[in-house]
Amino acid sequence: MLALQILIDGFAISALYALGAVGFTLIFGVSGVLNLAHGGLMLIAAVAAWYTAGELHAGQYIGAITGLAFGVLAALLTYFVVVRPIQRSRAIPRDETEIFVLTGTLLWGIMIQEAVAYFFSDNPLTVPALISGVANINRVRVPFNEILVAAISWLSIGLLWLLVNRTRAGKALLACAINPRGLTLLGFELGQLYLLVWLIYGLLVAAAGVLLATFLGTSSGNTGALTASAFSIVVLGGLGSVSGSLIAAYVVGYMETLTAYLVSPQIRTIPSLLLLVLVLYVRPQGLLGRR
Amino acid sequence: MSKPKPFPQKTRYAAFAAALGLTALAAAPPAQAAEPIRIAVIAENSAIGGIAITNAAKLAADEINAKGGVDGRMIEIIDYDDHNSATDAVRAFQRAASQDHAIAVISSYMSEVALALEPWAARLHMPFITPGAASNEITRRIHEDYEHNKYTFHGYLTSTELAQTVCNFSHDVLVTKLHMKSTVVMSEDAAWTKPLDGEYLVCLPKAGLAVLDHIRFSPDTTDFTPLFNQIEAKHPDVITAGISHVGVQPTVQWASQQVPIPMSGISSQATTDTFWRDTNGAAQGVILEENAAPNIAVTAKTIPFAQAYIKRYGITPGYAGYSAADDVNIIAEAVKRAKSTDPDKLVAALEQTDYIGTMGRIQFYGRNEPFTHGLRYGRGYVTGIVVQWQDGKQVAIWPEDIATGEPKFPSFIKLPEQHAGK
Repeated sequence: MLALQILIDGFAISALYALGAVGFTLIFGVSGVLNLAHGGLMLIAAVAAWYTAGELHAGQYIGAITGLAFGVLAALLTYFVVVRPIQRSRAIPRDETEIFVLTGTLLWGIMIQEAVAYFFSDNPLTVPALISGVANINRVRVPFNEILVAAISWLSIGLLWLLVNRTRAGKALLACAINPRGLTLLGFELGQLYLLVWLIYGLLVAAAGVLLATFLGTSSGNTGALTASAFSIVVLGGLGSVSGSLIAAYVVGYMETLTAYLVSPQIRTIPSLLLLVLVLYVRPQGLLGRR
Repeated sequence: MSKPKPFPQKTRYAAFAAALGLTALAAAPPAQAAEPIRIAVIAENSAIGGIAITNAAKLAADEINAKGGVDGRMIEIIDYDDHNSATDAVRAFQRAASQDHAIAVISSYMSEVALALEPWAARLHMPFITPGAASNEITRRIHEDYEHNKYTFHGYLTSTELAQTVCNFSHDVLVTKLHMKSTVVMSEDAAWTKPLDGEYLVCLPKAGLAVLDHIRFSPDTTDFTPLFNQIEAKHPDVITAGISHVGVQPTVQWASQQVPIPMSGISSQATTDTFWRDTNGAAQGVILEENAAPNIAVTAKTIPFAQAYIKRYGITPGYAGYSAADDVNIIAEAVKRAKSTDPDKLVAALEQTDYIGTMGRIQFYGRNEPFTHGLRYGRGYVTGIVVQWQDGKQVAIWPEDIATGEPKFPSFIKLPEQHAGK
């Protein structure tokens, strides 16, 4: 039964990682933004959900929706206040923009972390499960919420795939990732496209934050780890490749789960980090990297 | 133009004498405005356990000042946030001593921080009490090198004593009343749990619980599923925990996964009611040891203090709040006894402490006793109590004479009688 337990737990955690990583790679692939405030945005969504559900006694569903709303707002705020001004600034040389954006979002992430710690303490916060109770799958007890987390993650990724591959706006996004200049020649408004990307990113990262809060809980103390985790998955899969991120998320998720169950929970993250180093050595563009 | 006439000699001498006189007057000490007694409080302000120390110290100081202070001198609390970092704490300590002229320091619920500050208390001759750290190392160093380390006092129970309290409870309630026979020890890998686990492994079997496994996990762990699965595979009757840096996540995951094994032992985050809110009630049924609780009259001072704290801060005090409040009073009394704030006199006065605080009767062990400058432990002094979260309230379930309720568990827990019934 251990095998089934590992299979199910690994699936759930990988799905959650995938949700976070896919957003991260989208924003990099299309916008060229390495958003190191990623963990901070997840935290904002989680805190908003917890506060609304618990402190304001609105229940977990309204809490989750509020969390989503706040996450999207936070992402848009990141774009308008931190990223766009840097990208448009005349004072910064063209080829240094990315470094400035990276640093800017890193600082922004730290500000978010400290603000949350100040108002809410660094204690982990959890949102009540969207569905409570456990399922018994072949004598393995799985909380319903865990199954829901995996389902919602996959649904979101599926919707994203539909958007990118089947809608006009989605195809424009893809084209933007490949050749932004060519796109402007065709008459597309880049500004609107970037806004769309950040909106989608906001939804993905907010969903990841809220789901994480119902599943494992999150605190201002582990925003760094959340960003690092998304970053390493995305680099492993290849910056800018959504399917690469998906695959890498599952590789990392299962490696962590296998390590935690079969070796020791204490060194859970080590094998995946070693794998990252190995891949960077042998194939620096990642598994399916393009850019 | 004619040369300006210099002042005649007599005038010059007179002016000089006047100036000297004025300077002497100015340099004379001003009319005695009573010098405040400055106590530095260094704590982890963003942690639930840490902010309790700062809040409680301020509350205690205000209460003493409202009654006239110490011989007319007011207590001034200077607080510092150490951001959960030993290095930040050391810097704060140095500043408190050299710049802010503190006469004593109260610091931290983290053993890592307390142990880092102990040598500085020795170097800077600064009396220092920790209201929440538990490592045995703290008192061991004082016992082995008294002359240097005598400035440090351990205002909380040592890990060994905490484990003994849990074992006594386990024997009286879990084994005798609930017929439990086995346990798994689950602790975070931190400085305070090494002696804790050491004592658990010795005293739990003596209490009647066979230790089936001993798990230590990294305090950075966020996913406790593999741990709970590992524990469940051994089929113990209870989990005996030693957790402080973590608390919310393992508890929430224990409840959402409906692990059928009760959790008992030390869970320091679970001592405050923000824990109930942070876990959205998943704390239901969790058993934990602490020194005092807001609705349990360990002494006549416990409930009034807790009520005053709740009134001022809106939440119940974390466990180290009770000891921090007691520590402010102990320092105030020592200053009164010593009639001085000289470090060595203060240390001698602190050693004579015999104070009824919020967590019991407080005395410190002497030079020749094993836990030098630790709290005197046992009946009539500080014994610790064991409570269980039931429907949003902490209910005392041990010791017998202050218990206010019976243990009650969530429906997914399987107790030994239920096993036997099958």
